[in-house]
Amino acid sequence: MLTVLLIAVPFIAALLVFLTKGVGARNLALGFSVVEFVISLFALFQYKSDAAAASLSFTMPWVKSLGINFSVGLDGLSILLVLLTTFLVPLIILSSFKNTYSNAQNFYGLILLMQMALVGVFAANDGFLFYVFWELALIPIYFISLIWGGENRAAITFKFFVYTLFGSLFMLIGFIYLYNHTNVDGLKSWAIHDLYNAGRSLSAPQQSAVFWLIFIAFAIKMPIFPFHTWQPDTYVNAPTEGTMLLSGIMLKMGTFGLIKWLLPIVPLGLERWGHTAIVLSVIGIVYASCIAIVQKDFKRLIAYSSIAHVGLISAGILSSNQQGIQGALMQMLAHGVNVVGLFFIADILLRHTGTREIDKLGGIRNMNGNFATLFLIIVLGAVALPLTNGFVGEFLLINGLYQYSAILAGFAGLTIILGAVYMLRSYQHIMLGERKDAGIAFGSVASTDKVVLIIICSAIIAFGVYPKPLNDIAEEGTKMILMYIK
Amino acid sequence: MKGLLIISGLGLVAMLAEIFKFKKLLLPIVLLGIVAAYVFNFMEWRESMSISYFDNMIAFDKLGIAFSGIIIATAFFWFILANDYFEEDSNLVDHFALVLFALVGALMLTAFTNMTTLFLGIEIMSIPMYVLAASKKKDLRSNEAGFKYLIMGSFASAFLLFGIALIYGASGSFDLKEISAYISANNGNLPMFFNVGVVLMLVAMCFKVSAAPFHFWAPDVYEGSPTLITALMSTVVKTAAFAAFMRLFLIGFADLSGLWTGILAVVVALSLIIANFTAAMQTNVKRMLAYSSISHAAFMLMVIVANVRSNLSVDILIYYSLAYSIGSIAAFGVLYNVTRNGNETLDAFNGLGKRNPALAVCMTIAMLSLAGIPVTAGFFAKYFVFTAMIGTPYKWLLILAILTSAVGVYYYLKVVIAMFFKANTNEETIKLEYSNQFVILVTTVLTLALGIVPGIVAEMFSF
Repeated sequence: MLTVLLIAVPFIAALLVFLTKGVGARNLALGFSVVEFVISLFALFQYKSDAAAASLSFTMPWVKSLGINFSVGLDGLSILLVLLTTFLVPLIILSSFKNTYSNAQNFYGLILLMQMALVGVFAANDGFLFYVFWELALIPIYFISLIWGGENRAAITFKFFVYTLFGSLFMLIGFIYLYNHTNVDGLKSWAIHDLYNAGRSLSAPQQSAVFWLIFIAFAIKMPIFPFHTWQPDTYVNAPTEGTMLLSGIMLKMGTFGLIKWLLPIVPLGLERWGHTAIVLSVIGIVYASCIAIVQKDFKRLIAYSSIAHVGLISAGILSSNQQGIQGALMQMLAHGVNVVGLFFIADILLRHTGTREIDKLGGIRNMNGNFATLFLIIVLGAVALPLTNGFVGEFLLINGLYQYSAILAGFAGLTIILGAVYMLRSYQHIMLGERKDAGIAFGSVASTDKVVLIIICSAIIAFGVYPKPLNDIAEEGTKMILMYIK
Repeated sequence: MKGLLIISGLGLVAMLAEIFKFKKLLLPIVLLGIVAAYVFNFMEWRESMSISYFDNMIAFDKLGIAFSGIIIATAFFWFILANDYFEEDSNLVDHFALVLFALVGALMLTAFTNMTTLFLGIEIMSIPMYVLAASKKKDLRSNEAGFKYLIMGSFASAFLLFGIALIYGASGSFDLKEISAYISANNGNLPMFFNVGVVLMLVAMCFKVSAAPFHFWAPDVYEGSPTLITALMSTVVKTAAFAAFMRLFLIGFADLSGLWTGILAVVVALSLIIANFTAAMQTNVKRMLAYSSISHAAFMLMVIVANVRSNLSVDILIYYSLAYSIGSIAAFGVLYNVTRNGNETLDAFNGLGKRNPALAVCMTIAMLSLAGIPVTAGFFAKYFVFTAMIGTPYKWLLILAILTSAVGVYYYLKVVIAMFFKANTNEETIKLEYSNQFVILVTTVLTLALGIVPGIVAEMFSF
């Protein structure tokens, strides 16, 4: 029931928020999202004490004649991502307090709806339900970017929507194909394990076809080179909260999908095409890192760095060994927190100085030292310095990829170097040195903003120093998946 | 059958209204009559009997009753939506009678068992539609629409008749079952002209459902006709034409599927490509919906291509028609109210999100449903079609359908973007009559309900 509660609370909250007016809406949204986080902590403790607890899963027939069930549950993989979602959404809501949005109740309502869909995606244990939540997650973010986005948003969100929907439809075909091959006492079924069995009973060419049908959807969502062209524009143009949702959580839908909804289904397809997919991911890493170096706009730089990070995550997952997948899980959590922090920094910079152009900024550390420290911690997390949260995941990822292929691991290792180059360099340009434009002043940061930054920084350090609790869960989750692959 | 009789009776009553001076009472009478027709129709469904009438000319089996139910229900909503449209016009009574007689034809098409009934049904349905299309007497485009519809429709009818004649020449019968028996008895050595007859009928039916490349009349007629008549054409007429199409080919010519599925697959492919890409370029919303209806026609034809024998395709087609009809009524209902001042371009929707948020939300849901996005009725309709197609040799058609669906999303969202994103060009707020609010709200809720619990319908027809 806990899982159902996790899906129901944001939904009910969204409906309530739609009905309130003005400041009440955002406070209500914040309150509910905190409640949601507390519930997810309960779920975590429940999981820790008894991983197979009945309270974590729930099944109810939805369309009986088609074998579709409303079936949700939390395992080692989903609990981590649900936690990430419930941890980030309150921060995202809180971070928006200094921005004023017209029709705020719709804005916050959509964020909560999005949260519902995201939790649904991570918790779904039924292929059809997974697809429905997957699509549902697209609608709120589409409206968030469309209504509250920057210039030229109409064309950009269009591209985003059509692009991702297009991928999803292929995934649907892949799933229907699997569904047609399920056989549980003569009936077809959408349950995840039946899909697993159906997928593994297919011949290698069939599995290859299914692999690509489903992989394209995930590749577009993450995005992996060459399916990434929608991403930088969308990230830059969406309102910051939208970008945070997109990069912090929604991107993880793709990587999560890879782990839970692709690898165990088509092991032979993976064997045949996994290499191609890894090479694409690695190309993406190098390509995006190089582009990030020459970016002038800080927000756009983060967008490209996100492509690089997600490329590494997907390469690690596709190498399908313990380190790779476990590292991917850890890195998904770390990247979620760090990227939200970075986008928030970009937003604060824009709000205070009126620009995000790296070359125009400078000397901010002299104006606000605390801000500079917090920013530095987030940057260090993003470049995966030891004792920050990014390190564990990145280390495991490179390690896993190295077991798969030393050359590819070498190329992927470039992310660390190139990442350090563009992150530290932009930090240096923005924060250190002399003030370049006398008109730019940077006063004290609002208290709500400070709270968000401090929470993010504490999370970065806490899980860098003591990653064990999460790492244990990630390890269990990975073992479960590997059991199916081998 | 009782439903058909009641609607025919209503048509006659409507014509008497002028003479006996109960024009004001006509709408309530018609609505009550339609409800009664629906109830009787539903009772026949419950009893699930299939009696043939008039010497085996027409037989309401489960399939026919299901389609009749959709048509009658759609007509009910349509009449409520159209109440003030009738008041504007002096020839109120004529219009009532014409629409009701078109309904009679539509109901006949769902249940024909004989080629004669098929032809009669098509003519009874089409002739009032020709007149209705031209019912804005002083509008040039409406006249053009009526005229074009008449010429093209007659042309198609000629094809149909010619096809029937050739088939009769070979098989010696008008009866659907006997023709079907004739095909299976002589399979492999059917006379050439029989095959020609089947293809001619295929062409004629493609005309009627406006599938490419026989679709040229549709955009002009849809655009020129008064909006509500367009709504009628794209729901009731379309559903009926599909019911007839399916009955004719899946029951009558099922054993000859080798001949016509290939042709139909090409028709579907052309319709998908032409309709979606042309729709994406339209600025007139009504015209865009016309092309969108062609693309939906292609989807429904795909079901006929996909699964020639099994009951599955019948059920899918019923669900699809239902989802499409409901979504269209909602969309046309909004369109009718937004475009009252005569501006039918996309600009008319600018800023609707501010001018009337509730209306904009309803339109958004209707558009999402037509685009096939969860959790709306249109999504499940599309999902069922995909499921049916995946087991067939026509997988390329499925891929094409996906590609063009993505294009479809593009033009449906254009409306959404205009509503929420474009600045107000038009300050006036839009006020709706209660009747229109009722219809739009109910159809929107139904669209969502069918998307959230498709089981209520799916289980009824036992997929």
